Amino acid sequence: MTRLTIGLCLVFALAGLSLFVGVTEIGPLDLLRGDVDAQQVQVLLASRVPRTLALVLAGASTAVAGMVMQMIVRNRFVEPSTAGTVESAMLGLLLITLFAPGLPLMAKMLVAAGFALAGTALFLRILRMVPLRDVLMVPLVGIMLGGVIGAVCTFIAYRWGLLASLGAWSMGDFSGVLRGRYELLWIAGALAVAAWFAADRLTLAAMGRDMSTNLGLNYRATVVIGLVIVSLVSATVLVSVGTIPFLGLIVPNIVSLRMGDNLRRAVPWVGITGAGFVLACDILGRTIREPYEIPIATMLGLIGSVVFLYLLLRTRHNAAA
Amino acid sequence: MIVIENLTKRHGSTPCVDGVNLTIAAGGVTSIIGPNGAGKSSLLSLIARLMDKDSGRVQVDGLDIDTTRSEVLARRLSILRQDNHISSRLTVRDLVGFGRYPWSQGRLTAQDRAKVEEAIGFLHLEDLADRFLDELSGGQRQRAHISMVLCQDTDYVMLDEPLNNLDMKHARNMMRLIRRAADELGKTVVLVLHDINFASWYSDHIVAMKAGRIVHAAPVAEIMQPDVLSSIYDMEIEVQEMDGKRIGLFYA
Amino acid sequence: MPLRERRPALVLVALAIVALIAAAAFMTLGAKGSWAFILEYRGTKLLGLCLVAYSIAVSTVLFQTVTGNRILTPSIMGFDALFVLVRTVIVFFFGFGALVAVPVKAQFGVEVVVMTGFAALLFHWLFLRGHRSLHLMVLVGIVFGVLFRNLSGFMQRMMDPVAFQNLQDTLFASFNRIDPTLLGVSFALVLTASLLMWRIAHSFDVLMLGRERAISLGVPYRRRVAMILGIIAVLVAVSTALVGPVTFFGLLVVSLAHVLCGDGRHRFILPASVLLGIICLVGGQTVLERVFAFDTALSIIIEFLGGLIFIFLLIRGAAR
Repeated sequence: MTRLTIGLCLVFALAGLSLFVGVTEIGPLDLLRGDVDAQQVQVLLASRVPRTLALVLAGASTAVAGMVMQMIVRNRFVEPSTAGTVESAMLGLLLITLFAPGLPLMAKMLVAAGFALAGTALFLRILRMVPLRDVLMVPLVGIMLGGVIGAVCTFIAYRWGLLASLGAWSMGDFSGVLRGRYELLWIAGALAVAAWFAADRLTLAAMGRDMSTNLGLNYRATVVIGLVIVSLVSATVLVSVGTIPFLGLIVPNIVSLRMGDNLRRAVPWVGITGAGFVLACDILGRTIREPYEIPIATMLGLIGSVVFLYLLLRTRHNAAA
Repeated sequence: MIVIENLTKRHGSTPCVDGVNLTIAAGGVTSIIGPNGAGKSSLLSLIARLMDKDSGRVQVDGLDIDTTRSEVLARRLSILRQDNHISSRLTVRDLVGFGRYPWSQGRLTAQDRAKVEEAIGFLHLEDLADRFLDELSGGQRQRAHISMVLCQDTDYVMLDEPLNNLDMKHARNMMRLIRRAADELGKTVVLVLHDINFASWYSDHIVAMKAGRIVHAAPVAEIMQPDVLSSIYDMEIEVQEMDGKRIGLFYA
Repeated sequence: MPLRERRPALVLVALAIVALIAAAAFMTLGAKGSWAFILEYRGTKLLGLCLVAYSIAVSTVLFQTVTGNRILTPSIMGFDALFVLVRTVIVFFFGFGALVAVPVKAQFGVEVVVMTGFAALLFHWLFLRGHRSLHLMVLVGIVFGVLFRNLSGFMQRMMDPVAFQNLQDTLFASFNRIDPTLLGVSFALVLTASLLMWRIAHSFDVLMLGRERAISLGVPYRRRVAMILGIIAVLVAVSTALVGPVTFFGLLVVSLAHVLCGDGRHRFILPASVLLGIICLVGGQTVLERVFAFDTALSIIIEFLGGLIFIFLLIRGAAR
């Protein structure tokens, strides 16, 4: 519990730092002394606070969604962006933008979530057609399925002049977060908490159908609950800030190395680590080349792919030993 | 008491369990034997509702497995199948603790925790309790799984080839342990075994299957007869008696 | 001869005819105005498309030969992402001026050397450090590709916006915007690579049998494979420089070639893949451009079909 507190403090410290990094100079001491003008307060409330909250919520929920996905697929190397989930959500968002652009954001998000659910279900179906389930085969199929759905998206976007929107969705970026434009992410945060409540069931489901049935768990229902959580989180994050690649893959793996996969213990850590990781990457991306920003998707793509490579090669090493 | 009536399961058109009628009395160790493909594992999975049957009825202490809620059944009957690969990283204590899920739905009470420690102790896993499963040897992992099933604390325990991948010493220890579970904890244990001599030495009853049907179901001494065994396995099997136990010899 | 034995040859003839028809349609359909101009303008484009089809098809076949499987292709293993990275690194450290000032041939030289180096590293790791699983190789290749792309993206964000814009323009060409100034040097490179290939082509079928078998049949394995990887690097550099990265095109045409020929020997698979490549690119471009009036959609359709074939190959491969 104490270590968890230290982790929480670290995230708070990063969040605090995130509040005071940016073009408009706002110092924490000035704020305490009340020595800030109206414009600074405006920047703080309309942009900095929402951005920081969005980072924490999106980071934590994306990481938790990755963990849930790994539990229900029973594979270490899947996450929403390596299973076709994100691309399916994008397809849904694209279609709704085309056919009903006037709908409220909430409705768009729900449509995207519906597509994400269908896409992930398709992924699981394809997996069932593969008799011998090599551990690495699963993410491979997922990435390719994502590629195919992505090609459909690109085609539609190209045909109807929406390539710019598609590009923005696939490139997670927090620079556009303002008050009134991020609040959906609270839903993602709530879902991460829901995952914690369902932690025991999800951990059981990860032990396989037979063992969870033996223990009296409704396996199918649990998988569906997990899929719904993953789809809703992916869609919400996609609609609010765009895709954050690899986060849901590397954070649960790192946490699992130290804590194991008993979700009741692991979920809080996954959430904290995810939030902290995204905060750190975003602060780095904002400061490294001021006044320009490097989007979070690029930062995470870079760090995430290196960590992914390490995980891949490490596993094989263990298996050989 | 487990009562099975007219139980049938087909894979495609060929039945793998074909109209089975069987009663397994409460208490003691019952072993199911028979050649490959006889339907032993399927029968076990059907009884434990892991597989959907095509027709027939199964009752566990008067509870029909079709109409009884899964979590109620999980407090009466537990099963461990052969292949228990778990890809998540759980400690031994986590795994054994999940045996309490049917009773506590994850919120372990002090009583549950005591049961967990008891089950860990029964399998002598104290030193390994906080290790992750993927750091254990195959035999240790098998013991952890058995410990979970015992921790589930059901009257009926079904084990599908629990000796798979165990060397001679571990296999013998596993059978002794199963015997202790029946004698000291009063469990009804149903096993699928390949080795007729382990079945003979440690069981009370033997059920013999062939081509999806039950061909014999009787106390050990009645099954461990040369003519009975020969008819089950279609080969000559000699039977000798040692210390009141019967051993089949078929190596010649 | 029974039909079964003649089939690959018949397929080749049929493919050649279709390719010719596609080329003719590409040159003539919807032509208005001066023929001299049209022939020169479209001829250049046709030559470019054929060069790309040839490079991708041949490099894919050769890569599958040395790696001994039908799923891996150079672009899946991250080769074309590496090309983009090399370009970005040059601009990042030496400014965009370097890309313009250095003669095209020298640029190609640097890029090919780096890519061959990467190929050698990858090869060393794949073949000399024990038997690695195929799936691991593919996944590692894909993730390397992602890493290269993000590294390029990161560096592009770090450079000044003008250089970034100029670099973007050199990187994201498409099938209908082939740079004519690159054609000459590309042609020369492809020709050299092909001549080298011709001299060792007799050993390709043996190499396909695997390392041990090839060595015991007297093929100088390491030297031969190193040379083939060099050829692959040149071809990938040429095609990426001309049209930008296309992940699945090679997989698509080579898989189709295998299905059509039903005979895995290189004397059939190589020409069939090249012809299919030409048919897909030239024919596809003609249909899309002249009939549907889409211009850059071809690469998207290729990605779609290629991805489906990849999933299919994965599933079927595991079933065996």
